[in-house]
Amino acid sequence: MAHLLEVQDLVVKFGLRFGDLTAIDGASFTLEKKERMGLVGESGAGKSVTGFAIINLLSKPGYIADGRVLFEGRELNRLSEEEIRNIRGNRISMIFQDPMMTLNPVLTIGTQMVETVQAHRKMSKSDAMDLALDKLKKVYIPSPEKRLSQYPHECSGGMRQRIVIAIALLTNPSLIIADEPTTALDVTIQAGIMDLLVELCETEDMSMILITHDLAVVSQVTEKIAVMYAGKIVESGPTDDIIQAPRHPYTRGLIDALPGTRGSGSRLYQIPGMMPTLMDIPPGCAFHPRCSIRTQRCETETPLLVSVDDREHMVACHGLGGDV
Amino acid sequence: MLAFIIRRIIQSILVMLVISFVGFLIQHQIGDPVRDLVGERVTPAEREVIRDRLGLNDPFYEQYFRFVAKAVQGDLGLSFFYKKPALDVILSKAPATIELVIVTSFILIFVSIPVGIYSAIYPKSWISRIAIAGSTVGVAVPVFLTAIAFIYLFSVELNWLPSYGRGETVTVWGFWDTGFLTVDGLLHLILPAISLSSIMLPLFIRLIRAEMMEVLETEYIKYAWAKGLDRRRVWFVHAFKNTLLPVITVFGVQLGIMFAFTILTETVFQWQGMGFMFLEAVERSDTSLLVAYLVFVGVIFVLVNTVVDVIYGVVNPMVRITGAK
Amino acid sequence: MSTWARFKESYLFHSFKRDLIAIASFCALVFLIFIALSAPVVAPYNTYDTATIDIMDAEIPPSWMEDGEDRFLLGTDIQGRCLLSTMIYGLRVSFLIGCGAVVLQALIGILVGLFAGYFGGKVDGFLMRITDIQFSIPYLIVAIFTSAIFKLAFGVGRYEDLAIPLLIIIIAVSHWPIYARTVRAAVLGEKGKEYVEAARVIGLSRWVIMFRHILPNTMTSVLVISTIQVAEAIMSEAALSFLGLGMPITKPSLGSLIRAGFEYIFSGSWWITFFPGLLLVVFVLVILLLGDWLRDVLNPKLYKG
Repeated sequence: MAHLLEVQDLVVKFGLRFGDLTAIDGASFTLEKKERMGLVGESGAGKSVTGFAIINLLSKPGYIADGRVLFEGRELNRLSEEEIRNIRGNRISMIFQDPMMTLNPVLTIGTQMVETVQAHRKMSKSDAMDLALDKLKKVYIPSPEKRLSQYPHECSGGMRQRIVIAIALLTNPSLIIADEPTTALDVTIQAGIMDLLVELCETEDMSMILITHDLAVVSQVTEKIAVMYAGKIVESGPTDDIIQAPRHPYTRGLIDALPGTRGSGSRLYQIPGMMPTLMDIPPGCAFHPRCSIRTQRCETETPLLVSVDDREHMVACHGLGGDV
Repeated sequence: MLAFIIRRIIQSILVMLVISFVGFLIQHQIGDPVRDLVGERVTPAEREVIRDRLGLNDPFYEQYFRFVAKAVQGDLGLSFFYKKPALDVILSKAPATIELVIVTSFILIFVSIPVGIYSAIYPKSWISRIAIAGSTVGVAVPVFLTAIAFIYLFSVELNWLPSYGRGETVTVWGFWDTGFLTVDGLLHLILPAISLSSIMLPLFIRLIRAEMMEVLETEYIKYAWAKGLDRRRVWFVHAFKNTLLPVITVFGVQLGIMFAFTILTETVFQWQGMGFMFLEAVERSDTSLLVAYLVFVGVIFVLVNTVVDVIYGVVNPMVRITGAK
Repeated sequence: MSTWARFKESYLFHSFKRDLIAIASFCALVFLIFIALSAPVVAPYNTYDTATIDIMDAEIPPSWMEDGEDRFLLGTDIQGRCLLSTMIYGLRVSFLIGCGAVVLQALIGILVGLFAGYFGGKVDGFLMRITDIQFSIPYLIVAIFTSAIFKLAFGVGRYEDLAIPLLIIIIAVSHWPIYARTVRAAVLGEKGKEYVEAARVIGLSRWVIMFRHILPNTMTSVLVISTIQVAEAIMSEAALSFLGLGMPITKPSLGSLIRAGFEYIFSGSWWITFFPGLLLVVFVLVILLLGDWLRDVLNPKLYKG
């Protein structure tokens, strides 16, 4: 059976004056219909770049150097500009991090919604407006008719993100890529937005890739996780497995760092050191300088993602989850 | 919003008062109203009488107030050379300059916008490179040289376009001599307008290009691409509207400046507009006319700036709601 | 190490050696300045000496053309003067006025900027209000108006006699705001630094701090805009002369030459306007290119010295 989305050995590079930097070094994962996946990692790990690479929207000087992205059987990275345009905003919708920056400040909400519809469907303006209203209601926006003629800055942060979600729904996409959808919002509304996204995935038959650094959110919302570090996926598998029995030292560190895992009153745990920048990625396993179970082998040989059980739990570590 | 407009208007009134003060100072120190009125052949005794009658021996501030009061009513003194009220002289020359500025603005808009946008979207194209190189070199070439070069090429060598004057004009509305209604008049407008626009073209092309490039890097443009919108829609609706706003402000200011630069262009083409009149006034030591021109142009400059600021406030939705900038 | 050796090691020099345009511009500039300043020696004829001018020699084309003569390389102008010589003298006038104007405007601008930046508060507000208002009007417009006023005040004759110093003053008065702004910004940047604090703690007077400590540190910014301002000054002078508000035809600058030659392009004597125009453009361009390079090099973000 064909996966909804399959990413095979994706390599993304940035072409700079003094040479090319590798931002993503061979990432692979799959996603099924109505499945929700979390792509987790720190800033700079490459998760947003992965999201953009899927719909081939990398900003210069980024480019896809190798690998394939298969969506509903079609190779997205080989499509022409016209063809990929039909996918973007149509079959795959994307939600960015800060709605204040993503909604065009000089156009009304109505305009920005109607244009999305009309870009992909033959519809009259009034029909498109009705569709927009319908979606606005689905995201529980109060007085949606008023919103259509308002400008983005007239709405609150949480409302703007709901509008962005509504825009994503307009074309009944099969996949939503949500890039840090709640990071820019107040803590008090974050939960509401996440709940809304989950609900919509259920009711609208959508899959979701949730790109975030927040393991806590991911543990509650997704069915599988891929953990990224310095451009590589270091661990992937079902959410429950990873949260309860993380194998990769980095993942373990992330979970330990969550407040609450160590009991109240104790010091917050921090993984020693920092994730390397694209220019200083160490040889071998990129995590080895910070790893407490590293060996000689880790300093020279890059570990590959291998299965550790029969449930698709995969880890890239020479120690394969030895005792910590 | 209203508060913003009122504040802006008060500001402009203050600046206009300063301009009037400078004008008055010049008139007071350098001008000779007696000579303007009765010429040079009067005895010193007669001069004193006339001076008294004109109020020239009154205290400084009294004279200033009178100056402003008269100016507000449209009396800017008498032109020595033309023997007519200065304002009348200026207004009779104004249509020539205004028409020149209008045509120049059209050229500016219809050249700089396409070139600017194109070179922002395709920065490595040869149009883009030529435009940038052209602006760099263009800064070193004074406008009167470009005008002369144009005249030499198109008038002397090719004989396609006329090289001086306004050509045939038609009087409309009883007083406005327009060159728009005759082919001859229009032909005469071409070279001067191109020369005048060459002063500002490098600036505008570079401005639009830079603004557009900046806008194209923003998150909301990236989002527009992610929504799968048509290229043209992204460029011309999303990007362009955001580029437009700062460009409008600059254009407004440059409009006022364009009026002043007509001094340079009109000389070369013997264009009977306000700029040419200004230089003639200097040559003829016609102080009143000079001061009148200064005040007139200064007021226009301030007015245009104010109008542009207000329009910007209206067009930019963020200012409209919050009243701030 | 000697100063010369240190200079050869510096980033400035290395960057210069690699940039072909900078080298070419620099050489061209040095050449032109040398020619201009040694005009009496270099020019074939002394164009100020009316005895050497014969009106019968008027409007002779450049020597390589049909009616040209060998003794007048670039031809003659409408009064019979050798065009090449007049251009060289004219270049000298333009250059002198340009430099003089920049020195004066720098003086004014630096003082204003220094006071505004260091004293702050009402002084700053007042000085900057004036600066900004004048800054919003293009240089040339201010220069034109100022020279018109001067011409009326002095009368045509006296104005022409005093043309060079008057033009220096006029151009300086029109262009100083940029120095004020630049220096003020630099002063604001320096004010917060420790050496200023230290100087105050020692008890040095305000004036000493301003002039002996802060001012030298603002010189980089001043240098960066100075080359461009020289080019601006030269162009402004050319424009003023072209309009008849600058150098008279008896002691012409490049601008006056262009003005004088303009009418004669219709009768075919194009060289009278063309060559002075060309010289002006080349001179200004060379200064601008060098200034651009200098600005890139002195940009604090890149400077590793």
